Amino acid sequence: MIYVNAFIFAGLVCLIGQIILDYTKLTPGHVTSLFVCIGAFLDTFEIYDKIILWAGGGALVPITSFGHSLIHGALERANNFGIMGLAMGMFDMTSVGIVSAIIFSFFLSLFFEPKD
Amino acid sequence: MEKNKYKRLVEKHTPKENSLYHGLLAFIAGGMMGVIGQFLIDVYSSLLHIPSSDASSYMIITLIFIGCLLTCFGFFDKWVNFAKAGLIVPITGFAHSMMSAALEYRKEGMVTGIGANMLKLSGSVIIFGIVSAYVFGLIRLIIFGG
Repeated sequence: MIYVNAFIFAGLVCLIGQIILDYTKLTPGHVTSLFVCIGAFLDTFEIYDKIILWAGGGALVPITSFGHSLIHGALERANNFGIMGLAMGMFDMTSVGIVSAIIFSFFLSLFFEPKD
Repeated sequence: MEKNKYKRLVEKHTPKENSLYHGLLAFIAGGMMGVIGQFLIDVYSSLLHIPSSDASSYMIITLIFIGCLLTCFGFFDKWVNFAKAGLIVPITGFAHSMMSAALEYRKEGMVTGIGANMLKLSGSVIIFGIVSAYVFGLIRLIIFGG
């Protein structure tokens, strides 16, 4: 059942992105930035945590989960350290994505030529 | 030539953007990415006996690696032309934007090419994510008290 939920949620997020791309002049960069902000907003009131329980990996794959994990780590630290904790915990959960993307693209770009 | 006639001619020859078709493709491709993500979480958590919260980190690393590798081989750009937002919105799009920037500027050298330009496309995601998360976190701390 969680596979169906994952399909529906991830598909809907991508469908909204495609509609924005088709009917406005925004570029993919705008759309992904917008979705990160939406993800951060949804997790401010712990809505996104409930979506993750419902859709599992379907909620973790779209870029909205990036915003969610940014603010989730920040708020977790902020519970112990106050406002300073926001800066301490911002990358607690996101470092996985950022570090692996940078490492893989750096080392792969040494070996591969751009295809054109 | 009259303006109206010219306008009609232009309309006739511009390719029709079928947004319903594009939307359906994006929905299916994005949904498949979600299913793959959930499948990888299940595989990792059952094979390595780890909780699914840790397995989701493994899943993200795997998807980013696949996205980078497919970009290197040139498949990803073709698929993005086909599925559009279905592949840009998932985390693979983040990996793709970083990888293609690194590939594009590798000729200009390690520091001034790869180092300076790798975050050219994906930087906006990181910047806006951090700014919005900080602002929303402040609002939550100040108004709702944590």
